[in-house]
Amino acid sequence: MHSVSYLQYIPLFPLLGALLCAVLGPRLKPAAVGALATVMVGASFAVSVAAFFEVRSGHQALQTVLYTWNALGGLTVDVGFLFDQLSAVMALVVTGVSTLIHLYSIGYIAHDRSPWRFFSYLNLFVFSMALLILGNNLLVMFVGWEGVGLCSYLLIGFWYDGWMKEPGGQRGMANSVAGMKAFVVNRIGDFGFLLAIFLIVVTFLPKVADGRVLDFAVLRALMEGGIPSGIGLGIITTICLLLFVGATGKSAQLPLYVWLPDAMAGPTPVSALIHAATMVTAGVYMVARMSFFYIQSPTAQLVVAGVGAATALFAATIGLVQRDIKKVLAYSTVSQLGYMFIGVGMCAYSAGVFHLTTHAFFKALLFLGAGSVIHGMHEEQDIYRMGGLKKYMPLTYWTFLVATIAIAGIWPFAGFFSKDEILWQAFNYHNEVFPEAGRVIWAVGLTGALLTAFYMFRLVALTFWGPERFHEVLHGKHPHESPWTMTLPLTVLAVLSFGAGWLAMPHIWGPNLFHHWLEPAVAALPPVGGHHSGPGLEWGLMILSMGIAGLGIASAMGFYRQDAPLPTRMKAAFPGLYRVLYQKYYVDELYDTAVIRPLVSVSRGFLWKFFDVNVIDGTVNGLASAVRLCGMALRRLQTGLVHTYAYFIVLGALAFVFYVMMMLSKGL
Amino acid sequence: MNYLPSILSTVVFLPLLGTVLVVALPSREKNLLRAVALLTSLATFAASLNLWFAFDPAASGFQAVERFWWLWVFGVQVDYHLGVDGISLLLVLLTTFITPVVILSSWHAIEDKVKGYHACFLVLETAMLGTFLALDMVLFYIFWEAMLLPMYFIIGVWGGPRRLYATIKFVLFTMAGSVLMLAALIWLAISFKQFTGNPTLTFNLLEFYATDFLRPGTAQSLMFLAFTLAFAIKVPMFPFHTWLPDAHVEAPTAGSVILAGVLLKMGTYGLLRFAIPLFPHALHQFAPAICILALVGIVYGALVAMVQPDLKKLVAYSSVSHLGFVVLGLFVLNDFGLRGAIYQMLNHGLSTGLLFLAVGVVYERRHTRQIEDFGGLARVMPMFAVGFMIATLSSIGLPGLNGFWGEFPILLGAFAARPVFGIIAATGVILGAVYMLWMFRRVMFGPLTRPENEVLRDLSPREIAVFVPMIVVMFWMGLFPKPFFDVMEKSVAEVLARHEQRLGQAEVPRLEIQAVLDSLAPARKN
Repeated sequence: MHSVSYLQYIPLFPLLGALLCAVLGPRLKPAAVGALATVMVGASFAVSVAAFFEVRSGHQALQTVLYTWNALGGLTVDVGFLFDQLSAVMALVVTGVSTLIHLYSIGYIAHDRSPWRFFSYLNLFVFSMALLILGNNLLVMFVGWEGVGLCSYLLIGFWYDGWMKEPGGQRGMANSVAGMKAFVVNRIGDFGFLLAIFLIVVTFLPKVADGRVLDFAVLRALMEGGIPSGIGLGIITTICLLLFVGATGKSAQLPLYVWLPDAMAGPTPVSALIHAATMVTAGVYMVARMSFFYIQSPTAQLVVAGVGAATALFAATIGLVQRDIKKVLAYSTVSQLGYMFIGVGMCAYSAGVFHLTTHAFFKALLFLGAGSVIHGMHEEQDIYRMGGLKKYMPLTYWTFLVATIAIAGIWPFAGFFSKDEILWQAFNYHNEVFPEAGRVIWAVGLTGALLTAFYMFRLVALTFWGPERFHEVLHGKHPHESPWTMTLPLTVLAVLSFGAGWLAMPHIWGPNLFHHWLEPAVAALPPVGGHHSGPGLEWGLMILSMGIAGLGIASAMGFYRQDAPLPTRMKAAFPGLYRVLYQKYYVDELYDTAVIRPLVSVSRGFLWKFFDVNVIDGTVNGLASAVRLCGMALRRLQTGLVHTYAYFIVLGALAFVFYVMMMLSKGL
Repeated sequence: MNYLPSILSTVVFLPLLGTVLVVALPSREKNLLRAVALLTSLATFAASLNLWFAFDPAASGFQAVERFWWLWVFGVQVDYHLGVDGISLLLVLLTTFITPVVILSSWHAIEDKVKGYHACFLVLETAMLGTFLALDMVLFYIFWEAMLLPMYFIIGVWGGPRRLYATIKFVLFTMAGSVLMLAALIWLAISFKQFTGNPTLTFNLLEFYATDFLRPGTAQSLMFLAFTLAFAIKVPMFPFHTWLPDAHVEAPTAGSVILAGVLLKMGTYGLLRFAIPLFPHALHQFAPAICILALVGIVYGALVAMVQPDLKKLVAYSSVSHLGFVVLGLFVLNDFGLRGAIYQMLNHGLSTGLLFLAVGVVYERRHTRQIEDFGGLARVMPMFAVGFMIATLSSIGLPGLNGFWGEFPILLGAFAARPVFGIIAATGVILGAVYMLWMFRRVMFGPLTRPENEVLRDLSPREIAVFVPMIVVMFWMGLFPKPFFDVMEKSVAEVLARHEQRLGQAEVPRLEIQAVLDSLAPARKN
């Protein structure tokens, strides 16, 4: 570990930017505020690049400790930053994509009432995210964890007096409600995260001399030779599962994914940055960061990968039928995050984190493209009212298509490499608790890939191809292409979505650079003997998954290429299934009926109006009435003056004290 | 830096000196009266800073001690005895910091009987500071009771429409507790006299601390319960909390801020100063039961807060929940819990204080506190929205702000004692976000639906001067908590060490409830 003195600038530049935007912003032109914010994040990216090269040349992690945050009960916590190979990937992705999205936002938010507020929040988000990925201990990470949650809350509800629009035009959930829902659901996850921290402290504190038990390096060193003596596997599994509860909240996995689709209430660049490329991947990062725990516990691995697989499939089915362009992408994000958890769950950390990276590129691109479409369509988000936009927005179309092919997993686009690596790892994964787990997860992942290809090409077909269906909503206006500040980021991301895959080639083709890079930062499972699949099988599986993706694309094109009636035909053929999927399996309704409403009505009707008012206060007032009844007999004393009452209170108190003293002195 | 001579007496009685000045000034000079009160409280704050800079965290026991013989009648000796340690130091600073803030906050809110109002606040400040610093138990009791009177007037004279009901309820509850405390206090002194064979009856807390004079048994348990009940009412702990919402709703803004900010801390301070150190065996027996009440308070307070239609009641019930955290931290009896609890006392003073100030801001403009009367205020009052948001986030324990370093150590301490306690208490973290953010959304976000809200002014420069110091301290305490925790370290360690030592010397019979509890919520073994 090499100490350097500059890592804090990665978070501090955006923090400074947030403050400047808040203080000076109202007096600046929108473009100037945007430029300021973009430059600040760009500076952060530059520092990250410098740190990356230092790690690359020195082959060791960098660390900066600013000061001791707190020390109590034997526990010591620093405000410190760690830049190892894993944080390097995260930092480059986060600050790099953030810079592009900040640039994009200048055009997007130019006509808003308060662009300075937007950029201030956005910079604050990058600051928090940098804390999350660079913190050298769990508590600094937790600050970032909660900080990104706060920024997410503020940005989802950025237009705090507005509502989401349902497809068809009726009013949906209020933006501020969506923000609150995100924060509260994330807090449920944080509950698990906090308990995990507590369990780590009480378990490992006696084994750490200087009290820095929450430092990643210290924990990793403790776990280096397996589980330390005196600690059961059950404890490690519990820690892993509690941490994963936190991850399901932040990274929108079953059963806590419900906030993410509603988070689409925020401005589209926010959806691209926070709710697709960066923040929602925090849970994946956390599992990779805590890899030294997860490799010890097959049960935890099974749960993480299993929940990931279930989410990947579940969300993909919902994505099949949504009409709002951003909702389709939101469910797609939930589904792709599931794939990342399949990867990190099976301890294939480089596969999971690589999918995180490529997904950051192509999903950010998809959202920015969607933003460009919405911008060009004068705020319309219903894909049933689009169609034929290819002609009006060529650059948006072509970049969107690149990202779509990438996410569908077609060679040689980036998504092919990352998704196929995960599926290949799943196929070979061995879990001693459930030996067939790998094959089952592989099959689920493959089915998900089919659905992904289908819903993504459905989206492209309904948006960009086919007849123009937007004339009645646009009232004679025309869709238009966006300005260069918006199309430049699209182009850069399209290049990355196309070419980034080569960083992690399948090993039968060449070196997996990404895997080698990440190796020192994550723990690895011991190799399992007698379980080798040959190159022939790997080729076969690759071709199979390409074929599956091709099938999904072909059927989507067949369904949606021609004209509008076809999709409704599908709705008519399977009305029940269609409704269940369109209504998202009624999960929100279930939570509402089973949890929220009972909690509120019990609190109001029983706890407050009955127990507090009648039982507790009733007892008190009853005592008071009893006293008053006695008082009736001594009517003359009832003067109605508070002073008289107070006088008698004091008199009574003194009498009582006197009595006690008498009793006691008798006992002497 | 060294302590200035007689610094504790100076801090305690400066406000009283200001009261004399206020009383002597003519009633019609309202701004002069306000200015004198403000300057007095600022001077007190400045004087108290000497305590902070001169305090030696490495020294054990009490510092800057002042003691002289005061009363000696019929073999009863009462001393004027003040001293500060790492526990009282921070609470003294909280008091001297909040008092000028509330005086500034009520500059325009109070136009009626301005002289009496400010006299009350200054007397109250002296009483509060005296309570925190007194080391003679009779002196403590006198200051304790002296707080009641000005608070009684503040609610009863400048309060809302149902102020009479609220004041009587407030006074009766507190008095009930005080009487018990007084009885137990005398009993305690008599026991001490018996044990030592002193000819006089003394109330010196330091001697009580130094002597292991109470045997385990019913007497100790009764004394412990009397003290605990007296302080539990003041905290207030579930189920003795119902006076609090009424008192808050009827009190003027400044009264609510002082009540939540400082007066409630008297209860938790008393627990830590008397109930915990003096009765080790009874503490050992009853602590788990008290923790359970605290847990109920955390969850119950949060759930009831969630459904309140009145802003002040909501914040009042949130106090029940937050003080549940404090009590839990105190009674899990480890370093995490105790220091977290003391920090949480400060946090609650700041965050709830600022929340009440925020409610006061909208109340002054709209003369209503019903949540349904608001909505969309963020659009017309953006600066207020920022301040209110920060108070909200501080209250829900967002890391980076002060609240986190109260909640986190308390939860960790509870988890370290009995994991189930930590788990239950941690649900309060979720519920806290629910009720605070839901309230914030209904008041600040959404569209502006009512025309009368469209013309609301944003914060005035004076209101900004009230908000900014509170917010600065919140960030400071969130980012740099270590100096505060270092100050408490020694005092807390002494409490814990003495408890361990006394407990180790005697066989304490187990209560049946403990056996039940141990099977339901097992203590963690190392």
